[in-house]
Amino acid sequence: MSAVIDHTAHAGHDHHHGPAKGLMRWVLTTNHKDIGSMYLWFSFIMFLVGGSMAMVIRAELFQPGMQIVEPEFFNQMTTMHGLIMVFGAVMPAFVGLANWMIPLMIGAPDMALPRMNNFSFWLLPAAFGILLSTLFTEAGGPNFGWTFYAPLSTTYAPESVTFFIFGVHLMGVSSIMGAINVVATILNLRAPGMTLMKMPLFVWTWLITAFLLIAVMPVLAGCVTMMLMDIHFGTSFFSAAGGGDPVLFQHVFWFFGHPEVYIMILPAFGAVSAIIPAFARKPLFGYTSMVYATASIAFLSFIVWAHHMFTVGIPLTGELFFMYATMLIAVPTGVKVFNWVSTMWRGSMTFEAPMLFAVAFVILFTIGGFSGLMLAIAPADFQYHDTYFVVAHFHYVLVPGAIFGIFASAYFWLPKWTGHMYDEVLAKTHFWMSFIGMNLAFFPMHFVGLAGMPRRIPDYNLQFADFNMISSIGAFTFGASQLLFLFIVIKCIRGGKPAPAKPWDGAEGLEWSVPSPAPYHTFSTPPEVK
Amino acid sequence: MFRRSVLTGLLLLCASLSAQAEWAVNMRPGVTEVSQNVFDLHMIIFWICVVIGVVVFGVMFFSMLVHRRSTGQQPAHFHESTTVEILWTLVPLIILVLMAIPATKTLIDIYDASEADLDIQITGYQWKWQYKYLGEDVEFFSNLSTPAAQIANKDEKGEHYLLEVDEPLVIPAGKKVRFLITSADVIHAWWVPDLAVKKDAIPGFINESWTKVDKPGIYRGQCAELCGKDHGFMPVVVEVKSQEDYAAWLDEKKQAAIALRELTSKEWSMEELMARGEKAYQGNCAACHQPTGEGMPPLFPALKGSPIATGAIEGHLDIVFNGKPGTSMAAYGKQLSEVDIAAIITYERNAWGNAVGDMLTPQDVVKFKQAQE
Repeated sequence: MSAVIDHTAHAGHDHHHGPAKGLMRWVLTTNHKDIGSMYLWFSFIMFLVGGSMAMVIRAELFQPGMQIVEPEFFNQMTTMHGLIMVFGAVMPAFVGLANWMIPLMIGAPDMALPRMNNFSFWLLPAAFGILLSTLFTEAGGPNFGWTFYAPLSTTYAPESVTFFIFGVHLMGVSSIMGAINVVATILNLRAPGMTLMKMPLFVWTWLITAFLLIAVMPVLAGCVTMMLMDIHFGTSFFSAAGGGDPVLFQHVFWFFGHPEVYIMILPAFGAVSAIIPAFARKPLFGYTSMVYATASIAFLSFIVWAHHMFTVGIPLTGELFFMYATMLIAVPTGVKVFNWVSTMWRGSMTFEAPMLFAVAFVILFTIGGFSGLMLAIAPADFQYHDTYFVVAHFHYVLVPGAIFGIFASAYFWLPKWTGHMYDEVLAKTHFWMSFIGMNLAFFPMHFVGLAGMPRRIPDYNLQFADFNMISSIGAFTFGASQLLFLFIVIKCIRGGKPAPAKPWDGAEGLEWSVPSPAPYHTFSTPPEVK
Repeated sequence: MFRRSVLTGLLLLCASLSAQAEWAVNMRPGVTEVSQNVFDLHMIIFWICVVIGVVVFGVMFFSMLVHRRSTGQQPAHFHESTTVEILWTLVPLIILVLMAIPATKTLIDIYDASEADLDIQITGYQWKWQYKYLGEDVEFFSNLSTPAAQIANKDEKGEHYLLEVDEPLVIPAGKKVRFLITSADVIHAWWVPDLAVKKDAIPGFINESWTKVDKPGIYRGQCAELCGKDHGFMPVVVEVKSQEDYAAWLDEKKQAAIALRELTSKEWSMEELMARGEKAYQGNCAACHQPTGEGMPPLFPALKGSPIATGAIEGHLDIVFNGKPGTSMAAYGKQLSEVDIAAIITYERNAWGNAVGDMLTPQDVVKFKQAQE
């Protein structure tokens, strides 16, 4: 069908196959590759912005005492760091990868809804423009943590909270549209012969992620809308004084928030499931069980939200239910890890940058999984909750989880995107600096957390001083090495060894059947999948 | 290289389990039966993770070292096995069930707050704790006592930097003490690691928790839920006294309450009010309005030259007593004594160049209070 459309377009104006010229190309584009690139660049810019805020946080925590910023601004930094990394860096990066790779992987000419695709991208700069502008308001930006618990974020919030709410609404609209587009593309535009169970795992994990997004982003929208009503229209959803319930906020937020955690990790699972077989030169072990495990994790993510709320005083039976359900998540997650290890087993491995990041992903994400299992034990959670142990845990699943997954994907597909091989030596340097920096930054956080340091504090007792200094040094290393990544990517775009259609000898999939760089239009005629 | 860094990490973890003080790396077993049980659970699940980690990572590192193309390894082709899939679904499941049993037992124990010997209501405020001994005429606030000069790095920091208060919570040893935890503004969390008690303080809710400490001593913790600007500066200190010492302390507090009532009816001079007012202002108001009275506009307005602090005294009393809804300004009528309210208002009207020249007596506040009711 797409071939027919292409044909009529040719009849109308047969002068171009490539992109339009100038700025308007990017403003008006409906091409999945252009939009994918814009998403990826946007997320990288946000990664640097959010990362700079992390540097401010780590600089203040370098030594005990208040040195660099005021507690009020410190709270704005922790809040904005979280919001920007979650909604601005990790999520758009995966949407960018989806845009670029899903049509190439399933043999589709483009995303199913190209104009909506353009709109969902361009909402993001607006959303984050609004969010970042709040930092320049008189009373400052959001300072109530990225989880924005009421009533700190309602009655006690700075005035800029209204801008924050509008920003979250825009991001939500963007995410929902992006997710609908992914679902429509995967379910309608697969090449003939590509049944669901023949889809690459990245496509599978993104299909499941898209359903999670469609399910929970409206819940987040409802949550911030209730805040808006409480702040401006005299309702009392979250205000105990008016008969409302501050705990309701947490239930609604985490009903969104827990699936959100998996939204940020499932696409990385998919990417790693493509990369490990490619560099082990051996098919993925247990494809079917990987699909079922992903679906199980997605299902479980809806029934575990209150494990974020073990200390709010939910009844004993509720506490037990959420503890058991949370522990259950270890089972499908374990299956995935075991499958990756079995894929490596008796392979013929080489360790180029994508593989290094993928292997580090498996190891470090598993460490994050272990601390997650510890956090699931409700009585022990009374000691861990809201300490640096939690900060260590979620940074272990998000940095070497989501972000290493993104780096692995970027190096894996850069030759396809740019037509050049990246600089392998620099890429390995980037890996080792990130790996060391990240572990140095986040591993000691387990220790200070267990020893009793609460999270989100700008100053601390002397007993935590040594580990905090190590953490800060690690964080600065990690931060600096991301500038190297920027350099590697620019260098790769500008030139380098020409990449063949399939630069990795063990790689599988339709994306390697088109030339590198991938032409502006691919699969105008659907390929046949056997 | 992978192996080396991860091994180092594990070794560091194991070796340091017994390490002390500055390099503390593990949870403290604490001083109650509950905290010991929680610590045991923590160690069991930790070692389970270590064993699984050693096996999984061991297989992985072996594979990475041996199954490489550079050693001439040819890739195998196997890609599924239902047997092992079922095996590695069931084995973790069984481990989890075994783990859930002691966790459930401990949790049921923690939730049993019945038959307490003593009830204490704990109320979180931005940024201090209030302790009210139910059934006794004793209640007080507990503020951070670390001097501002230490926080600003002008003085050397003490051992209990940020973990010290002007007046700790005092409880008797060997008695089951029930805590009824709530908040007057935003959500806080009352946490003492050595007691393994962490419970959110939520406005409009009363959460229950309990402890029974046998060993007298001083145990320190902090607010654990982000509660605004000074979240990092509202420690919790619990002093456990022997039952005799506790009784003596309680008696002393009751006497002090009677003495305070006498102060309310005493004739106060301007100088006395200013002196008391300065102290009370620093303890209760300066966190937001600043010691200089200049505030942090626009969130925390200046009092120096402000229309309220230099206007009619009734308006000034009203805002201090009733607070300003929708802002961080709390209703101090519920928090402070008549003497302190009178002293603070007198101070604010006559300090930092505010020279209204009038004063408010504790008796005026008593009259205002009666008119409100």
